[in-house]
Amino acid sequence: MKYSYFPGCSLKGTGKAYEKSFLAVCKALNIEINELDNWNCCGATAYMSVDEMKALGLSARNLALAEARGLDLVAPCAACYGILIHTWDDMEKYPQRGDQVKAGLDKAGLKYTGKVKVRHPLDVLCNDVGLDKIKEKVKRPLTGLKLASYYGCRILRPIATFDNPENPRSMDDLMEAIGGTPVEYPLKTKCCSASHTGTLPEVGQQMSGILIREMEKRGADIIVTGCPLCQFNLEVFQEPIRKRFPEIRPIPVVSFTQLIAYAFGLGENECCFKNHTVPVQKVIDEKVKPVAAGAR
Amino acid sequence: MYGIKRHIRYDSDRDNNFSDEIMAVPGCENLDHCIQCGTCSGTCPLSIYMDLTPRKVINLTRAGFKDDVLSCHTIWLCSSCYACVCQCPREIGITDIMYALKQRAMREGKYPKGMPTPVLARVFYNTVSNRGRISEIRLVISFLGRAHWQRLIGMWKIGLNLMSSKRFSLKAERMDRPGELQSVLSVINSPNGGVRK
Amino acid sequence: MENKEEIRIGFYVCHCGTNIASVIDVASVAEYVSTLPNVVLAKDYKYMCSEPGQDLIIADIKEHRLNRIVVSACSPLLHEPTFRGAARRAGLNPFYVQMVNIREHGSWVHEDRAKATEKAKALARGAIGRVALHKPLEKRRVSVNPDVMVVGAGIAGIQAALTLAKAGKRVYLIEREPTIGGHMAQFDKTFPTLDCAACILTPKMSDVRSHPNITLLTMSEVEKIEGFVGNYKVTVKKNPRYVDEELCVGCLDCIDQCVFKQGKFADHFNLGLSKRKPVYIPFPQATPKLVVIDPKACLQLMTGKCKQSCVDACDRGAIRFDQKPEHIQIEVGSVIIATGYKTFDPRRMPQYGYGQYENVFTSLEVERMVTASGPTGGHIALRNGEKPKSIGLIYCVGSRDNRYNKWCSRVCCMTALKLGHLVKEHTGAEVFNFYIDMRAAGKGYEEFYHKMLEEGIHFIRGKVAEITDWAMTPEEEGHLVVRVEDTLAGVVRRIPIDMVVLVLGLEPQEDSREVQRMFNISCSTEGFFLEKHPKLAPVSTNTDGIFLAGCCQGPKDIPDTVAQAGAAAAECLALIDKGYVEMEPMTSFVVEEECSGCKTCINLCPYNAITRDDVKGVAVINEALCKGCGVCVSACPSGSIKQNLFEDDEIFREIQEVLAYV
Repeated sequence: MKYSYFPGCSLKGTGKAYEKSFLAVCKALNIEINELDNWNCCGATAYMSVDEMKALGLSARNLALAEARGLDLVAPCAACYGILIHTWDDMEKYPQRGDQVKAGLDKAGLKYTGKVKVRHPLDVLCNDVGLDKIKEKVKRPLTGLKLASYYGCRILRPIATFDNPENPRSMDDLMEAIGGTPVEYPLKTKCCSASHTGTLPEVGQQMSGILIREMEKRGADIIVTGCPLCQFNLEVFQEPIRKRFPEIRPIPVVSFTQLIAYAFGLGENECCFKNHTVPVQKVIDEKVKPVAAGAR
Repeated sequence: MYGIKRHIRYDSDRDNNFSDEIMAVPGCENLDHCIQCGTCSGTCPLSIYMDLTPRKVINLTRAGFKDDVLSCHTIWLCSSCYACVCQCPREIGITDIMYALKQRAMREGKYPKGMPTPVLARVFYNTVSNRGRISEIRLVISFLGRAHWQRLIGMWKIGLNLMSSKRFSLKAERMDRPGELQSVLSVINSPNGGVRK
Repeated sequence: MENKEEIRIGFYVCHCGTNIASVIDVASVAEYVSTLPNVVLAKDYKYMCSEPGQDLIIADIKEHRLNRIVVSACSPLLHEPTFRGAARRAGLNPFYVQMVNIREHGSWVHEDRAKATEKAKALARGAIGRVALHKPLEKRRVSVNPDVMVVGAGIAGIQAALTLAKAGKRVYLIEREPTIGGHMAQFDKTFPTLDCAACILTPKMSDVRSHPNITLLTMSEVEKIEGFVGNYKVTVKKNPRYVDEELCVGCLDCIDQCVFKQGKFADHFNLGLSKRKPVYIPFPQATPKLVVIDPKACLQLMTGKCKQSCVDACDRGAIRFDQKPEHIQIEVGSVIIATGYKTFDPRRMPQYGYGQYENVFTSLEVERMVTASGPTGGHIALRNGEKPKSIGLIYCVGSRDNRYNKWCSRVCCMTALKLGHLVKEHTGAEVFNFYIDMRAAGKGYEEFYHKMLEEGIHFIRGKVAEITDWAMTPEEEGHLVVRVEDTLAGVVRRIPIDMVVLVLGLEPQEDSREVQRMFNISCSTEGFFLEKHPKLAPVSTNTDGIFLAGCCQGPKDIPDTVAQAGAAAAECLALIDKGYVEMEPMTSFVVEEECSGCKTCINLCPYNAITRDDVKGVAVINEALCKGCGVCVSACPSGSIKQNLFEDDEIFREIQEVLAYV
């Protein structure tokens, strides 16, 4: 299994734990994955607010770079993933725009035909690798650990390619495969407010707070995410959020690949638990029930 | 006078072309399919903070009340979560309409006074235009420094948190060869967008 | 094959007021045509279709001994029957009349006067050449069987059957379920009068049962139908009830004594809200009042090993485990399809939580609950038996939605108002209606809406996006929560609700496409059966003799259904009382000597009009079914199929003459 890899700006910055653990999990599963050369920012919401066509050009360039390699493109950041897929869809649906963009790509010697498939790691792990293979590699099952899988808004909207947008199960299934107990709650795809936690705290921190509160209410020990911004919002802003929601206890928030890396028996270099403000290992040590030697 | 305000909209307040201009943006063609059911506002997690709910924005855009629409908070509060698009019974691209309105507002330089989101958008845009990538911490510092430096100071604890978890980096991320991006973007132009010089 | 007799053609070109004359120089067309061979006279006239215009033709036929007529005017779709009628009144075979369209094909589509006139002359010449070759044809009369079959015994089928039976006609009423009554039998009260549905329906049901002219076949479905208008041969499959219909009196002792002490199988009539035994009666007023045994639940029928206490209990010996499906052949002249509707499946909208949250119900389930003789004895209760303190009705579930059904289901607003009133009466709960528009268009409907407004029921104009169970405030804990924009008040609201009722839209039946194919009618894109004309022929279909009534043609309320059923019955009566149908003669026919029996034509006929006579080894065309489409004529490899009025020589002559002009 070979893929091209689009990290996006967050995975090189505050989300580096996600990148490291994701690449480590790929290595453990013998997935060959190579970062795109000279990729550019996907634009996120902010760029698209300014210039529509150039935003399309940004993402189309990344898709064209991937097309040159001929492999599926994996984008772990949910926002990048959502934007790349939306771009691909737009280029198909509105050929007159597509032609303008292709003219721009042409100038840099890039070709775009739209045959690159954009994938999310959840999709790759559940569908290409398969839950059985994941289960095989588990050395430290997270038995007894209650995990709230938070999908966020861009993995499954507006285009859902690999899971049910109303009732997603891929991350829950993965967490179950590594021994954890998924927590059911109704807010799995409710927006965490993206950049508003920083720019408009009254709005953003309220929205993120509602999510944390409900997950804790339903018994979650750890919150698991598939997007670096969701992870950032739910973890780093916990203290100011607690001013609005005093009932919230500190709860660790990790990327799902970090837990998979831990379950695979990989070390701190790969799991990156130290890159968190709310301690992770402590909770794992407290909640995971030790399994008898030799048993699974 | 006792907080009494006069609200009336004359027909001359309408911009007859506004609705068509927005609908001409790809993704926004279905704007006039709206039956004003309110599902979008009902599902939007941010609608309770908006001065005009998404449904009202569609209504006012369709009627042509450009000034109301371009000066509201709504379009800048939208986080592009696409919940509305997935629930709309008429399959209207509401989020795309929000983007089209944002671009129009940026071009005409109209937005609520002091609203940080448009400033963030401009800083983001400039950074990507120059370097091809953004660095989160630098972005936050530069934009908050511009829009709301008191808040920036107030975030010192978060800064410390990030430092202790080794996520604080002031390194300026950039493409190895940003010129390759700039050449692509130089020939792609939006009729509807672009930062006002 | 030329006629030996002398051809004497009368040519008429119509001004049609200024419709034709403003573009085409009609006088010069007439002048030109008068120079053509066989033309005795060529006239132009202001309005050919008027009385004087027709009289002109009649007078000329008699005076000048004309034996062919060509009228150059509007589209034959409009006035061909008019001019053919005039010819017939003058004693001339109507099929010696040919029309040329110089309005829809001439003056209405061209602007250049000179060129349009030239075209008119060319077309006229073509017609003059053609009409000389016409043969005298006769419309065939086929008699109409006075019996009628009504498929589906809901209120539409029942009404149609009763109307026909009262008129003295024999009706076969076919119903798939063990009882008649359809969806209306499931309702508690009907809007806007709040009449008890059973009270107004059961008298009609028992009339059907007792009327000597109605043959009621329950547990039955139409398996095959062949034939044509006035002469249908139908095979009805009657599924076994496992109870002798002559002997059973509906005493229900067998149900009491069944080895199953309690009901175990989901009761379909009560939408699964209650359980029944393998032997059951759908509801107390079921008509016919006979029990039925479910072969998928009954121990004896599934395993062959049962105490059969039902057999012991029956003192009439009516239980018959050895019953097999019966095939009944009936012959009828016309058919009314009244197969009804099904409700939208709310599981297609997971955001409303049906099946996920236990206290989300459908409108039909609540209808059964509120009925005194229903599964809960008329008590509205949550799944845990408690009375709800707040009830929310969500309108337009599955309707007016591009993702599911685009159409408005017409009756749900009124249904929701009715249910809201009934549940409030039964529980005293706070009732919220979440609607998009209030559609109250029928007689007494708006007044009913006003009455509901005065009952303290809440009306919130806003479509609910989703039902969730997470709480923002302490009052919401433990309840379902509706988050909706109250568009009229202009604010987003969160309302804790104990019981959510999804008011479901109406859809075509699951098997509507199969039924459509079997009866050779059409469906619209939505899947409802297609009427001949949406305004002017709402009960007819494009297949003569097959009529529609009720919701199978489109969602409608009971008054409209009953009216439509009456209309369908009237159409049948019109057909029956006339006694015959006239078949247009431009049908195809097989020249037997030239047919090789290759069967190419048989599968191509869209009307299934061609069969093979295996004795003679040739194709045979049923004139009554043939619609004259011409597919077989063009497909026949040996050219042995010909079509009346469109024979090769007629067509080629027309082409030749038009080209000769050009």
